[in-house]
Amino acid sequence: MNVARRMVRWGQRKSPWILHFNTGACNACDIEIIATLTPRFDLERFGVLLKGTPRHCDIMACSGPVTRQIESRLVRIYEQVPEPKLVVAVGSCATSGGVFNGLYNVKSGIDQVIPVAAYIPGCPASPQAIIDGFAKLLKTLEVGK
Amino acid sequence: MPDKERIVRVPIGPQHPALKEPESFMVDLQGEKISAVTLRLGYNHRGIEKGCEERTYVQDVYLVERVCGICSHSHSTAFVQAVEEIAGLELPHRAAYIRTLIAELERVHSHLLWLGVAGHEIGFDTLLMYTWRDREQVMDLFAELTGNRVNYGINTVGGVRRDISPEQLPRILKVVDALEERTKYYIELAMTEETLAQRLSGVGKLSKEDAVLLGAVGPTARASGVDRDTRRDDPYAAYGELEFQVVTDDRCDVFGRAVVRLGELMQTYSMIRQLVRQMPEGPITVKAPLRIPAGEAVSRYEAPRGEDVHYVKANGTDKPERVKIRAPTLANTQSVAKMLEDGYLADLPIVVAAIDPCFSCTDRMIAVKTREDARTMGWEELVQYGVRWYRERGVDVSKIKMRGDSTA
Repeated sequence: MNVARRMVRWGQRKSPWILHFNTGACNACDIEIIATLTPRFDLERFGVLLKGTPRHCDIMACSGPVTRQIESRLVRIYEQVPEPKLVVAVGSCATSGGVFNGLYNVKSGIDQVIPVAAYIPGCPASPQAIIDGFAKLLKTLEVGK
Repeated sequence: MPDKERIVRVPIGPQHPALKEPESFMVDLQGEKISAVTLRLGYNHRGIEKGCEERTYVQDVYLVERVCGICSHSHSTAFVQAVEEIAGLELPHRAAYIRTLIAELERVHSHLLWLGVAGHEIGFDTLLMYTWRDREQVMDLFAELTGNRVNYGINTVGGVRRDISPEQLPRILKVVDALEERTKYYIELAMTEETLAQRLSGVGKLSKEDAVLLGAVGPTARASGVDRDTRRDDPYAAYGELEFQVVTDDRCDVFGRAVVRLGELMQTYSMIRQLVRQMPEGPITVKAPLRIPAGEAVSRYEAPRGEDVHYVKANGTDKPERVKIRAPTLANTQSVAKMLEDGYLADLPIVVAAIDPCFSCTDRMIAVKTREDARTMGWEELVQYGVRWYRERGVDVSKIKMRGDSTA
């Protein structure tokens, strides 16, 4: 790993900026992601900052089973995220389709469309689980691993 | 030289920093002013209604709950109410109280959530952090009473799944007391904070006539002076035994909608106290048949965002033949286009947020089949047809008067 990449990795691990994208979720995981960023749980203590545009972010937090309508948009947004990028699937339906599995307009999970680095199960994923998922993901980014 | 008449079309969404859900707006701009808005919905359409037909009633309760995570109890209650009506089940008194209690706690969490989001949209992130911190107390209560923070899964056909123990009742009151203090602070803030009033006043105007005409529901309609609330007009669960006032406002703007929601919060606290005090003893479920007899029912429910309507048609099997969901946001989206007209582009996020939109509720689909004998009906003809249809079934629609609607 060259010096520049190590620097990026280090920065990404110390302060990953996330983009929250709803890919057809029921809003439950989305409000839990926001709740994780607010004072009680405060994900920001790990340097995690919510950003509004894919061009600024390192990690995409996607919730929802991916509807057919959003599929092409998800790919486009994923392509706009600069490398190195990671995707976190938040919630059961983002992981495997969950309760929506088998409905005519949904895929079964984010990994059917884009590569996923971490899965956080739960319907909805609780803030504790989200923090745990992010902490584990950030640990894998440690330089030298 | 810039042309003042030139219209610039700005696409907003489906991914947008201000709006957490995927929906897209095509905004036609003349300078800073919005001249027309086209909405494009459906990014969240999952096919729940069709899915309901393929699953049993018991499974459907949980599927319908996931129409929307914020007002999940609304959808599951509206659905089970319809099923109970078809099956002719008498809901136990205590179950009705527990359902209503969860419904009102949900209203607290939803309105506090909205207040924070509204603060966020106008760049007042402190308010977001404050309200979401306070909201965690309700979430803790949900976790304790139902076992989950969101998507409570407490409803079942014929009652509720969990009882509330006597030790839990004082804890509910304690949270209500604490939140009432905080809400009083927010009301004071809204009334005295100059920046908040100036930012929200006169933004997103919707006159009473337009609110009635466009079929606005919930706090959006009540903030335009339309005195309509399903909890009072068509009481369900335990609402018939509670004393409360329907909060309305004549400001007709975003500020009015904030005032209505804050007022509703105070009413809700008083309702929760009444529910806890009057909580009857008894069973929490009645035995429901797996196969629901053939029939159909429409169920109304006042969700935090407005009136939620569920239609269920049963055919005697353990699966419904048709489930139709009309979520409150669908009724309100029409009015958003009206509110945005002649407004400024910078007001768009807060005006959209002011109806407390929930697009995962809204994204339903209707397939229109063209038949050979199909024809187009005009409005007058359609009204006449409707009146005739009901009269044949013994209902005289012309006698039904809406309360508070002078224009209707």
